[in-house]
Amino acid sequence: MVNHMDKIIIENLSLQYSDGTESLRGISLNIREQTVTVLFGPAGGGKSTLLRCMNRLNDLTEVRSSAGRILIDGENVLDPKTDVIALRRKVGMVFARPVVLPMSIRKNLTYGLELAGERRKSRLDEAVERSLRLAALWDEVKDRLDDPAIALSGGQQQRVCLARVLALQPEIILLDEPTSGLDPISTGKVEAALRELKKEYTIVLVPHSVQQAARAADCAAFFLQGELVEYGEGKDIFTAPKDKRTEDYITGRFG
Amino acid sequence: MEKTLNWREFVITRLVRASGYSAIVFVALIFFFLLREGLPTLVEVPLSSLFSLRWYPIENYFGILPLITGSIIVTVGATLIAVPFGIGTAIYISEIAPRWMREILKPLVELLGGLPSVVLGFLGMLVLSPFLRVFLNLPTGLTALAGSILLGGIAVPTVVSIAEDALDTVPRAYREGAWALGATNWQTIWRVTLPAAKSGVLTAVMLGVGRAIGETMTVMMVTGNAPVMAITLGSFFSPVRTMTATIAAEMGEVANGSVYYHTLFFIGIVLFVISLAVNIAASSVVFRAKRRAERVLS
Amino acid sequence: MKSAFTLNRHLVQRFGFSLITLMAVVTVAPIVVVVIYILLQGGPAISWEFLLSIPRDGMRAGGILPAIVGTFYLTVGTAVFSVPLGIASAIYLSEYAADNALTRMIRIAIINLSGIPSVVYGLFGLGLFVLFLKFGTSILSASLTLSIMTLPVIISTAEEALRAVPQSFRTVSVSLGGTRWQTIQRIVLPQALPGILTGVILGLERAAGETAPILFTGAAFFLPRLPNSPLDATMALPYHLFVISTQVPDMPVKIQYGTALVLLAFVLTMNLIATVIRSRARARRQW
Repeated sequence: MVNHMDKIIIENLSLQYSDGTESLRGISLNIREQTVTVLFGPAGGGKSTLLRCMNRLNDLTEVRSSAGRILIDGENVLDPKTDVIALRRKVGMVFARPVVLPMSIRKNLTYGLELAGERRKSRLDEAVERSLRLAALWDEVKDRLDDPAIALSGGQQQRVCLARVLALQPEIILLDEPTSGLDPISTGKVEAALRELKKEYTIVLVPHSVQQAARAADCAAFFLQGELVEYGEGKDIFTAPKDKRTEDYITGRFG
Repeated sequence: MEKTLNWREFVITRLVRASGYSAIVFVALIFFFLLREGLPTLVEVPLSSLFSLRWYPIENYFGILPLITGSIIVTVGATLIAVPFGIGTAIYISEIAPRWMREILKPLVELLGGLPSVVLGFLGMLVLSPFLRVFLNLPTGLTALAGSILLGGIAVPTVVSIAEDALDTVPRAYREGAWALGATNWQTIWRVTLPAAKSGVLTAVMLGVGRAIGETMTVMMVTGNAPVMAITLGSFFSPVRTMTATIAAEMGEVANGSVYYHTLFFIGIVLFVISLAVNIAASSVVFRAKRRAERVLS
Repeated sequence: MKSAFTLNRHLVQRFGFSLITLMAVVTVAPIVVVVIYILLQGGPAISWEFLLSIPRDGMRAGGILPAIVGTFYLTVGTAVFSVPLGIASAIYLSEYAADNALTRMIRIAIINLSGIPSVVYGLFGLGLFVLFLKFGTSILSASLTLSIMTLPVIISTAEEALRAVPQSFRTVSVSLGGTRWQTIQRIVLPQALPGILTGVILGLERAAGETAPILFTGAAFFLPRLPNSPLDATMALPYHLFVISTQVPDMPVKIQYGTALVLLAFVLTMNLIATVIRSRARARRQW
């Protein structure tokens, strides 16, 4: 077991939305680099909220109160002085439904770079190929890069979304139930891509099933109603959970 | 690169924000100018004279009541026409017509809404009023009735489009529930769909009425322009004059700054206030309904 | 007894449906009749001379070119003022405004602007632009007046078009490091453009057909030359039709209908363009 550094340190994070939903209560968690950390648990547990805190996407929602820190590479990203634009390029996110932008595949992938001001065609083309290869999609779409992205299948669209994030060369990739709408084959392709990607990137994944969690996790954290119940090595959590609530959820006694 | 981006973003955001407030600025400006030129009337013309029954400015009779009644009677007539036909057409388009028919009817109704009022007034003068004169055996066809018919036609597109929207928004589940209980389409429409769309339909009617009150050219060309008190049923069949037509017809001949001039602006204030009231009433119906719906559905 | 009841209900439905259908026909048929009638009556008057020359003999002969040109100028003038301001306001309401009292006030203001009678706009234009700002009876005054009148239409259709763009696009753009304006400029605005354009054209179409707002602010009955500066007054189709049908004795009916036809054609063409834009955009939408 290689000793990886802590990439993300979450210290005592609490948050409540203005409409009273989804809150986090005193979450403390360390996420190591170059691993897949899985946040799992029943709906309403706060997993998506935690993800959205990490790339400050929660700025778009009405938040009643928040406390605590999230340190990425030692810097607190919840600090108001943080450069959120740079943060979001460093911490990419893939959402549950594949949301391709209403453009060609190529334009989808270069969008993030163009936002950052990159205009050189050579750089953009190179980024397109590199990210599509990383997302295991290059061979399938290399001949139709200028077709509208909406014409692709659901699984392909989701991999476009993954490639779109990779084009920005992030360090951390957050995935919020990325395969929830996909068929098993597409799901397998995405999971395979993640296994390759974790060699270079820090991956935080909210799975859509306990089975996916068990398959993918190097480390796993169980969330229940805003609380972090327990976390540890993947194989330990899923074979010998310490907390009864974790065990009940994994064995399907509630969901 | 980032710095220039931020500066541009800052300027654009400021401009957009300023534009957002512009609507308020304009309403205030309009109100202010109307008051500026119209309020002197209250000083120059004694109230008893202002609310008398005679509008004959040449001899200093500035009674605006005939004009108000003229507007009212034409609007009432227009409403009586626009409401049934407007709601009926909306029901037809939304509930009964086959899909291909809807695609034809909706643009046609929108077309009616786009017809310039002066063209309708023109046709009213040349075609409708001679017809009414002959058909109803009247001394002249330029009557409140002619105005009402045309105004009804002008208000109908407003009523149809908003009412049709409201009916469309009624969730399919309501209709399906009624059908499951054995109701016919007709019964479903009258007992379930229409009541569910009640607030939207009401808004449609109010906005249609607002449109009718504010219409100028059509009434100027077909209602005969006789400023008499229009308070009997018979007034429908004789000439009347609306507030809007008065302003349009007489503003050109008026000396700037005279009592006459101020009085016309005063009529403008009355029109502004009436349309304000109608629109606030219409929008409060929408707001309340939406909030209720939000509470029910959440 | 059961069958009699059912029969009765179905009869009621048949009768009711027929009545409603009749109402719809009565409402819609006049539109078609009006257009065809004007076409038939005014068609004979249309000729190149009619469209391209100036009136003679007190409007009773010759053409209506100045009125056509005038309406065109007024439409362009209205667009210049109302389109940028209207779209910017719509962007504010859709993308920036918070749900607070100020925003509600703005919305109420827009609703009020849309309900003000056109002749009251004419009075306002007279008071502010013609007299107070001393622009005089001019294309400038008339265009400014028409612009404020057209503003609510543009704002509401533009806002609707902007809101129709899925929120998920904005979220994705932000998550890739985009600022709010970048998101609007690169995704929201381009996707909303057909809808905005449709609204703009429909608003301008209405402005082109209005008479009352230009009565005291810019319209003139007879001008010896075409206007050559925004501070000139101008002839305009709606006003021209109004005057020749009500105030000129011995006016040939053919010319009146011809003028009405030209105005109608102007308006209908804009309507057609707007409809085409709308349906083409719907077909090509990538969401």
